Amino acid sequence: MTRRDWLPWLLLAAAAALLPWLFYDWGHHRHDGFVVSMLSQMGMMTILALSYNMLLGQAGLFSLCHATFFGFGGYATVHFINAAADDTLPVPMELMPVLAGLAGLALAIVFGAMATKQRATAFAMITLGIGELVATAALMFHHFFGGEGGVTTNRMIDRSLFGLSYASGIQVYYLILAWTLIAAVLMRLQTMTPLGRMANACRDNFERAQFMGYDPRIVRFLQFSLAGFFAGIGGGLYAITYEIVTFDAVASPLSANALLMAYIGGNMVFAGPVLGAVLITLLQSGVSLMSNSWLIYVGVLFIAMVTFAPGGLAGLIMAHGPIFRAGRLPRLFVPYLRLLPPGIAAIGGFVGLVELISFLTIGEAQGRHLVLFGSPVDVASATPWTIAAAMLLLGGAWLRHESRVFARVWQSLTSDLIEARG
Amino acid sequence: MQVVVGSLLNGLVYGMLLFMLASGLTLIFSMMGVLNFAHASIYMLGAYFAFETSRWIGFWPALVVAPALCGLLGAAIEVWGLRRVHQNGHIAELLFTFGLVFIIGRSVQMAWGMLPEPYRVPALLDFPLFTLYGLQFPAYRAFMLLISAGMLGAIWLLLKRTRIGLVIQAALTHPGMAAALGHNVPLVFTIVFSGGCLLAGLAGVIGGNYQSTEPGMADSMGPIVFVVVVFGGLGSLAGCFVASLIMGMVSTFAVVIDTSIADLLRPLGVALHGDDLLGEILTVPVARIGPLLPLLMMVLILLFRPRGLMGTRDT
Repeated sequence: MTRRDWLPWLLLAAAAALLPWLFYDWGHHRHDGFVVSMLSQMGMMTILALSYNMLLGQAGLFSLCHATFFGFGGYATVHFINAAADDTLPVPMELMPVLAGLAGLALAIVFGAMATKQRATAFAMITLGIGELVATAALMFHHFFGGEGGVTTNRMIDRSLFGLSYASGIQVYYLILAWTLIAAVLMRLQTMTPLGRMANACRDNFERAQFMGYDPRIVRFLQFSLAGFFAGIGGGLYAITYEIVTFDAVASPLSANALLMAYIGGNMVFAGPVLGAVLITLLQSGVSLMSNSWLIYVGVLFIAMVTFAPGGLAGLIMAHGPIFRAGRLPRLFVPYLRLLPPGIAAIGGFVGLVELISFLTIGEAQGRHLVLFGSPVDVASATPWTIAAAMLLLGGAWLRHESRVFARVWQSLTSDLIEARG
Repeated sequence: MQVVVGSLLNGLVYGMLLFMLASGLTLIFSMMGVLNFAHASIYMLGAYFAFETSRWIGFWPALVVAPALCGLLGAAIEVWGLRRVHQNGHIAELLFTFGLVFIIGRSVQMAWGMLPEPYRVPALLDFPLFTLYGLQFPAYRAFMLLISAGMLGAIWLLLKRTRIGLVIQAALTHPGMAAALGHNVPLVFTIVFSGGCLLAGLAGVIGGNYQSTEPGMADSMGPIVFVVVVFGGLGSLAGCFVASLIMGMVSTFAVVIDTSIADLLRPLGVALHGDDLLGEILTVPVARIGPLLPLLMMVLILLFRPRGLMGTRDT
């Protein structure tokens, strides 16, 4: 790692630290609550996605129980904070995430010992079972998990290294930001340790790693446990932010979310999951307010990524690197511009159709009126349906044609580069 | 006695339903190495297709139409989706089917709404078949048993007694050699994938009105089917059958057992109260933790036999 490699991270951290102040309400002297809580959520999700990528990207392990360790860290933190409040556990708030991480680590060691006996598909199925096991248990046992109501706490315990009370969301946000940075840096450094390198080796060719004298099972186990540790840190921050941890924090939708964030962001680049966490959180808090069916958009985006861009968003960006360095990027400008109109038409048509159909079954029952792209729409008439379908079909066909043109330009550019290199 | 016989029969019905789902999953897995996460979603689609068909032309045509639609959908997924992502490796295939779960789940909610649909047992089969120890056994459950047993027989005949079954078995273990001998292995893959989806659809037709046809049915059925496949051993059809029956029995018997570990310890002179975490675990009655048992059994078998009951290979 040279100094240049750290520069984007510093910029990102500075941006994250300044962002709440962009939305500061100077008239009333208060922060925008929505923005601060969304940024806090992004911080936690960044830790979740990055730690998930220690499995998916670094070790090639497709886990479906990552929320288990996140949620367990959260549950444990609630109990730790409660213990700190009645003076049985003298730990300041700033260090709670460490304890949460240790809780996640402990559980990951137990389950990792079972799950990492296998790899690939069998590993995925076993982790699915483990995730369900803990989620089901969380609903049944009241002492630790609190059943359906969850467990609650109060973060204002007056135990702080810096004399902070954590009464306001912005103080919690800076705590989250600090821990997100610490966790991200640690995970980045972990990729450069022998363990991180061996995890990559076992992902790419576990038989050869075995012949070199390494036991891929141990490598998987260590990697899995460490990922559980970092997920636990995220869960601790979750508990501190919301002061309540329920079944949702261990349930399978959150595990699926970790996967979506890591994959859509790009699992072969370290920073990819950060991108995915920011994007999915934005979608979750923005689009879910506007549309009932935001999950279908995420699902389609995910399938499209798996099929056409296995490297995720970060992979797509990185693919432009060689062309950019050769100074040929302007040549892609016109082909990209030509992709834009059919792309917008196809996406608009798809969104229109999805919204029309889902309004018929769900929205109408809620007594709402359908507003598409800023104008009210009459669902009963045939016009919006025809327009949406035509946009999707024609836009799709046009997009297909244009993407072939684009692929030709891309191909000639990259082959030029290869020739130039000799 | 009534409770035992009733649970036994219901466990058999539920176990056979599980087997219809798990067999397709395990066939697809052992052949293509693809774990179809969307299998339970196809099951849900089968139930909804059957509901829609039976609303227009009746239950009996639905028994054919809905599985056929699911089979066609499966073939489409294999040809246009899985083949494409196959070049990106096994993880990409897993992720692809995982994405399908979202899309199918949301599409069902979009098309039919969030509430359960009134998909009912056909009037012809809506009567108690026999009464045993004062317990009525509905004819529809017997019909379910008949269908699933017929399917079991059909699979066995197809795999062991026909030419295509031989090719499937060959492609299962030696895909390269089977292709070299001139068999169209990709076509065999499509047939297997589509066949597995057809079975899931058929399970949906008879399971949709046995349980309830609602958007959550895929999520509630999915994990247990995967547990069955892991428990039985990956890639083993016989293990899958045994595991399905065991899981069916465990799930139905757990509901009626109202004892806890503490009750078993009491004759030994150990008195326990549910005041702390350990006490709670020991005093909770089996009936309350029923849904937990199959998952616990899976964890246990993984500890002692990582390959599952009759599994033949690691992945």
